[in-house]
Order: sequence, then C-alpha cells, then structure tokens
Amino acid sequence: MDWLQILAAGVLAAIGPITAAYALSAIGLNLQFGYAGLLNFGHVAFMLVGAYGMVMTVEFGGPLWLGIIVGIAAAMLLGLLLGIPTLRLRADYFAITSIAVAEVIRLVVRSSWAEPLTGGVFGYQGFAGDFHALNPFPVTELYGFGQFVVTGRSLWVIVVGWSLVLLATLLVARLIRSPWGRVLRAIREDEDATRSVGKNVFGYKLQALMIGGAIAGVAGILLALDQQSIYPDAFEPRVTFILFVMVILGGAGTIWGPILGAALFNFLFFMTDALMARLQANVDWIGDLLSPAEAGLIKYILVGVALMLLMVFRPQGLLGRREDGRDAS
Amino acid sequence: MRPEVDIVHEPGVAKPDPVLTIDGMRRAFGGLQAVDIAHLEVQRNTITSIIGPNGAGKTTLFNLLTGFDTPDAGHYALDGRLLVGIPAHRVAQRGMVRTFQLTKVLPRLTVLENMLVAAKTQPGASLRGAIVGGWHGAERQNQDQASEILERFGLAAMTDEFAGRLSGGQRKLLEMARALMVMPTVVMLDEPTAGVNPVLIQSLLEHIKDLRESGMTVLFVEHDMDVVQSISDWVVVLAEGHVIAEGPPGVIARNPEVIEAYLGRHRGEDVA
Repeated sequence: MDWLQILAAGVLAAIGPITAAYALSAIGLNLQFGYAGLLNFGHVAFMLVGAYGMVMTVEFGGPLWLGIIVGIAAAMLLGLLLGIPTLRLRADYFAITSIAVAEVIRLVVRSSWAEPLTGGVFGYQGFAGDFHALNPFPVTELYGFGQFVVTGRSLWVIVVGWSLVLLATLLVARLIRSPWGRVLRAIREDEDATRSVGKNVFGYKLQALMIGGAIAGVAGILLALDQQSIYPDAFEPRVTFILFVMVILGGAGTIWGPILGAALFNFLFFMTDALMARLQANVDWIGDLLSPAEAGLIKYILVGVALMLLMVFRPQGLLGRREDGRDAS
Repeated sequence: MRPEVDIVHEPGVAKPDPVLTIDGMRRAFGGLQAVDIAHLEVQRNTITSIIGPNGAGKTTLFNLLTGFDTPDAGHYALDGRLLVGIPAHRVAQRGMVRTFQLTKVLPRLTVLENMLVAAKTQPGASLRGAIVGGWHGAERQNQDQASEILERFGLAAMTDEFAGRLSGGQRKLLEMARALMVMPTVVMLDEPTAGVNPVLIQSLLEHIKDLRESGMTVLFVEHDMDVVQSISDWVVVLAEGHVIAEGPPGVIARNPEVIEAYLGRHRGEDVA
C-alpha cells in the first residue's frame, strides 16, 4: 500500500480548484448563515445561476468578462427575488422557500422546454477557452514534488481560485468588523431586539443574502471554468448541505472557518476515498466484504460519523469560541 | 403632570403638553377586541404607568405604538407626527424606543456591542459606510457614550462580557441602557421589574426616575402596585382593551371601577 499516494490524494483535493470553489461558496453561506442567521437551504441555486449566467452569455457570443458580470448580477437578482417575499417572514419560511426555489430552478434549467437556452440535461461544454488562453503556465508542465504534483492547467485555476477566496475573505472580514457586520450579528441573535433599536432588519438581511449570493455566483463560475462543463444535476441540494457541513465544521460565524472547513472536508473525503479503493483492492477480507462501489460509499458514512462527533464535542466548529454565552441563554 | 397641574381624572382627558396622542385605536384578534381606545394622551416628561388585569391589552398597545403590530383602525402620533403604518425600526429612529416583557439581549454579543448596535449616529452601519470606511470617529464617540451609560447602570465591569452571561436583572438593566443609546424622547418599558430581585428593583426604579429627570417620557406596563404607587406621575388603567380610568396614583387606587376590574364585580356583595 502506498500511503504517500493516499495522502497525496487528500492534499491535492484540499488545495485543488474544486475546494477553492467550495470554499468561496462557503464564505458566501457563512455571511448569510454564520453571521446573519439566515437558513439558506438553497445556496446551490446561487452557484447555478452564476455559472449559467456566465456560460449562456459566452455561448450566445458574448465575451467572457461580460459573462462573469452577467453571472454575478444574476446571482444578486436571485437574492433580491428570493429575499423580498420571504425575508419578512419567520426564519423557517425562508428556509423552506429557499430549498424549493433552488430545486425549481434546477428542474426548469434541465427541462426540455428550456433546452434551447440552457442546453437541457447535458448543459454546455467547452466554453472556457478564453479563460484557459490567459493561463501563463505551460498546460502540460507538472508543478510540485514527488506524488504532490498538479498540471499547469490546474495550477492556473488554483491560483485564480484561491486569489478569489482571499479577496472574498478580506471583503467579508471588512464588512463583519464594521458596525454593519455588528448589526448583522445582532439580527442573528434577536431580530425584534435589533428592530427595536432602529435597525431595518429586512434591509440588512436582504443585503447579506445578495452579497453572499454574489460570492456563491462567483464560486459557480469558477467551478464551470475549471470543469469546462456545466449541467443542471451538478447543482443538486446535496451541494448546499455539503457547504453547510463545511461552514459548521470550520466554525460558523468565523472569518477563516469556511476555508478551513472546505479544505479539511475535501482532504478527509478524498483521502478516505483513495484509502478505501486501495483497501478494497489489496486487503483480501475487505475485498471479499465490499464491492468497489460499496467501498466508495464508506466515505459518506465517515463524513456522517465525523459530523456527529463534531456536534457532540465541538458544536461551535473548529475555529468557533466556546464561551460565546450560548449555554447561558 | 405635577400634582399642582389641575387635570380632570377621567378617561381620555386632554393634557397640557402631550407627547403621544391616540385616537380611535382598535385591534382585534379574531373575535377578541384586544385594544379599543377612543382617546388617550400621554403628558411629556412624566412617568406614566399602564396597569390592568391580565389580558387587558397592555402589551398589545405597546406593540401597536412601536410598530411591532398594526391596528385595524385609528390614528396615533408622536410629537404631532402620525405613526400609523410606520415600521418598528422607523418608530425607534423617531425617538420612541421599547423594551420587552421577556428581556431581549443579544447573548453572543458583548455588553458593549449590545450598546453599540443601538447607537443612533454611525455611518458604518450602512453597507456603503462599511465598505468605504471612515466610521472609526463615530465609533469612538459612541463607545464613550456607551461607557458613560453602562457606568450609570452599574454594568461597567461587565463591558466585555457576552450579554448571555448576565443575570436576569442585569439583562433588564442592559436592555434599558441599550434603549438610551437611541437617544429617545419616549421610553416604553414592558414590565421592567418582572423577574428582578427586590434589591435590584429599587435601583431600577431610580434609573427610571433618572430618565424623567433627563427630560424623557417614560411609559411603562407594570403589575406590581407598590412600584406603580411609588414612581408614577400618572396612571392609565386598561381593562378589556378600554381605558377605564386615569389619574394620579393615589386617586386611581381608590377608584371603584379599578377595584372592580381587578378584583371582580362581586367584591363587597353579600356572599351568603
């Protein structure tokens, strides 16, 4: 068994483009859920709308930069349209509506009726040529050492992706450390109390939803550019819940929590995947017990167990502070 | 309403300088008429208590006045400006701030942060201000103001503690202190002494009197008649949504209608 190879699978996943995109999306969700207390169960829809806004603009002859602007604008518009009717209601109504809206959007995008626009179930491929043309690294060159290598193509997405993660983190940190962010945290604690001291709770929640949504839109665009392929079923509700796990794992309502959560989640997830695949192939009794497909499912079980342990022993996440007074309230 | 001012002790009587006026305010929940006030004025710079049996509509009245609920009909105005249809946060911005029967502090914010959230002047509280910056000057001023109020309320030692760590009585104090950060003209306290130990009640009452001394109008709902007798300038009695009596506390305590509303119709009748 090549333990280094198993470790490399985890490490490369943790620093890879997909983790960068998930970290970015988790930063947006953290602003909404961790700071403003919005139970946005439809977060994946913002990624979908961002990605499709970009791809469809490019597919219909627009330049990439315009596509990116359209994608971000579409995600913010979704925040506006979703927020206006629901954010005045109690938190649970918003949660229910958000997951329903996200599913409706995905089903509409994949319907044959919308196929001329969205490409239907198969979506679009090969739209990111302009993005990869900007790549300063030789595409087939390998970077790194030993088992820990990425191609020049990957490196380009990694550099862009993690730069965006850093930018989004700086933006959120600036917002959260301002009085605006303090009002947001106050809303998370008690909406009526915040309202009673003269703060427009609805307006703040809408702003948080739209900014977090825009960040998720960028994440969707990044994911599409990396994969060079986009299809509706990549945006199933599962993505939202993986993002919630990442945010809670790292620490909801902390600046670096979503990044740590995304990296750690993907590290454990892909390392377990590599480990189980090799155990299944090389250890006889495990090979007899589990088929390759069954071995591939073990990682989901471990994620569930890890999440349960986290909730029992460290409900505030890895970076959260325990003495936040919630036990006393 | 100092005793020397001569005002008739009857429901809906006009006051020389009303800060709050209510006309024809009605609110029903299903078949229950929770509030039905023909006319009521609250004199500026007084402590006015609202009393009444359970279910008399006291908290509903508070909710209506502060924009947390909308009446079915009626006009009500703060300083002559209509409040009808104004959302809760705008009512607070106009200078009428409330507290809650079940104290609402922000547990995972520090005591100081609880105060600063309520600060009236803070450009950084808007999204544009937060991005552009330049709010630190206002922040320092607000911190000074907050420290001064916390000092006055005996919470200075708790400044950097999470509000969730405070005792019930301290939470009541913090909620009141926070309301002052909005620099209100009218402070509405919903049962400020409920659940507070007797020792703290005395200091709480002193704070309420201080509010009046510094020019504010205090409107409060209270169940404890001793408290009402000791600090009120004027008492308004609600029963089944109506104002059934108003007057100075001494007069109200002897009013037969009030006694009837509190103790029931058959008091004094021969039981046998």
